[in-house]
Amino acid sequence: MTSRLRRRPLGWPRRLARLVLIVLALVFLLLFLVLPLTTVFIEAFRQGVGAFVEAIRQPEALSAMRLTLLVATIAVPLNVVFGVAAAWAMTRFQFRGKAFLGALIDLPFSVSPVISGLIYVLMFGAQGWFGPWLERHDIKIIFAVPGLVLATVFITLPFVARELIPLMESQGSEEEEAARVLGASGWQMFFRVTLPNIRWALLYGVLLCNARAMGEFGAVSVVSGHIRGLTTTMPLEVEMRYNEYDYVGAFAVASLLALLALLTLGIKTLMEWRYGDELATHAPGGH
Amino acid sequence: MPKLLSIVLASAVLWLGSNAFAGEVTLLNASYDPTRELYRQINAAFAAEWKTQRGDSVNVRMSHGGSGKQARSVVEGLPADVVTLALAYDIDAIADRGLIAKDWQQRLPDRASPYTSTIVFLVRKGNPKGIKDWADLVRPGIQVVTPNPKSSGGARWNFLAAWGYALKQPGGTDVTAKAYVQTLYKHVSVLDTGARGATNTFVQRGIGDVLIAWENEALLARQELGKDKFEIVVPSITILAEPPVAVVDANVDKHGTRAVAQAYLQFLYSPQGQEIAAKNYYRPRTPEVAARYASQFPATRTFTIDELFGGWRQAQAKFFSDGAIFDQLEAGG
Repeated sequence: MTSRLRRRPLGWPRRLARLVLIVLALVFLLLFLVLPLTTVFIEAFRQGVGAFVEAIRQPEALSAMRLTLLVATIAVPLNVVFGVAAAWAMTRFQFRGKAFLGALIDLPFSVSPVISGLIYVLMFGAQGWFGPWLERHDIKIIFAVPGLVLATVFITLPFVARELIPLMESQGSEEEEAARVLGASGWQMFFRVTLPNIRWALLYGVLLCNARAMGEFGAVSVVSGHIRGLTTTMPLEVEMRYNEYDYVGAFAVASLLALLALLTLGIKTLMEWRYGDELATHAPGGH
Repeated sequence: MPKLLSIVLASAVLWLGSNAFAGEVTLLNASYDPTRELYRQINAAFAAEWKTQRGDSVNVRMSHGGSGKQARSVVEGLPADVVTLALAYDIDAIADRGLIAKDWQQRLPDRASPYTSTIVFLVRKGNPKGIKDWADLVRPGIQVVTPNPKSSGGARWNFLAAWGYALKQPGGTDVTAKAYVQTLYKHVSVLDTGARGATNTFVQRGIGDVLIAWENEALLARQELGKDKFEIVVPSITILAEPPVAVVDANVDKHGTRAVAQAYLQFLYSPQGQEIAAKNYYRPRTPEVAARYASQFPATRTFTIDELFGGWRQAQAKFFSDGAIFDQLEAGG
């Protein structure tokens, strides 16, 4: 059906509309995406490669990178588990409060990140609900790594679930039911039927989740305490260096963050290109 | 392939979990924004001295942020051993929670502020608008940049400096001062949340004709971003800003770091510490060091917060609490 549509010659109003839309999209992308991204790299290398390398070799920069990766390494797998479980529950079962659960999953999208950070300070801060108890047991959450992880998990909560739910809804459960009828155990069904069906949406969710986990600023800023070399993630380090008039350093760290994002995008494109056929057959509703 | 992957993962975990700074005494100094450069040098010098005197390594970590925000963080559990903030009121706020002894300001010389600064004007090269004194800031068409006194400690000094100027004029009363300050804030084009943000607005984004700033911040901005682009104007009369320091008693007792924390703050008063402060554009307390840097710090008439406003607690209540004078001005009252 699509091929017949494509062969039919387009009238000039439609061709014009197509042209305008393409140009608009390109100009928009150029202005709001490519240009700022290029600026980051130009500013980072403004004083040469030597200054760039010097800026990112400082212990504070290295520790910020390490912390960012650590936080993402903990937050992303947690979100994968939660996201798959939530999507499973939402699409395979009927239960009271399902709509409420859906709204809850979306909550981090609608709450300002700064507020999300403050919630944790109010809960786990020394003056907060659990503060005195944590203090007595010498457990540090706020102004330490656990707080950063908590805030990041909260902020990135919806990404995986929100990618999976529409896909699993459109796919239905026929294949899974067939697997059960043919004698597969629950886990067999999950790993051999469900997971292959959702893997592209899952991968996409993981990539989005990872990008946000590494780039989150607001919530992390509130719970961090900004202890240099200990609780500053890369986005915080960027702000700090900008405030210190160290523009090369700020943009150098920012360019590393941008590189991580580009790398993520590259992996996604590569996998789509490599496994494009499977993608088309298995995930019609995916990305 | 799986083997390679597991090796990569294992080494990644090792790298992520490793601690770069093991086996030494660590202090945490919670400070406000414009002291980054100062304490970077102080920390290095203090570590060197502690090493030669005691043979121990000490690593001072820094946390920077708005002064009020830092005080709140310490109250919420930021494990700072010492606080070096913009105004006594913020340390009082920590003391009110019982984390610092109430008499902290008497435990160190000079009301516990080892260096001072003052409020000056940063203008563009050649002073094109001819700004000489506080009165010039309220001339028609002058755009002023200063941060918000509700969120920034530095901005509160700016506010009080302006108020004090108006009060010290012939026939000055609270009424004339309020009128002057109200007009002044009508000239403010950008009200940033912090002092460094305001500096960046004026210097980097080129907004405004004059930045009301701490002298150290103005000198540093001029040094870092071009002596040929900005000039500093010292007004006829201004406030003596006294940024205070204190050991956080509750935290040093928990960490067992009281001795080194006290030595760290004492070091700020030592000749070497004073020299570093002067190099970083803070006015030193020691007369000998001050004499060496006389050309950097032009003499000017100053008043203190205690003289004119009866201390920070009173000033805070009168001007910056909710519904107090600054809020009334904002509301147009």
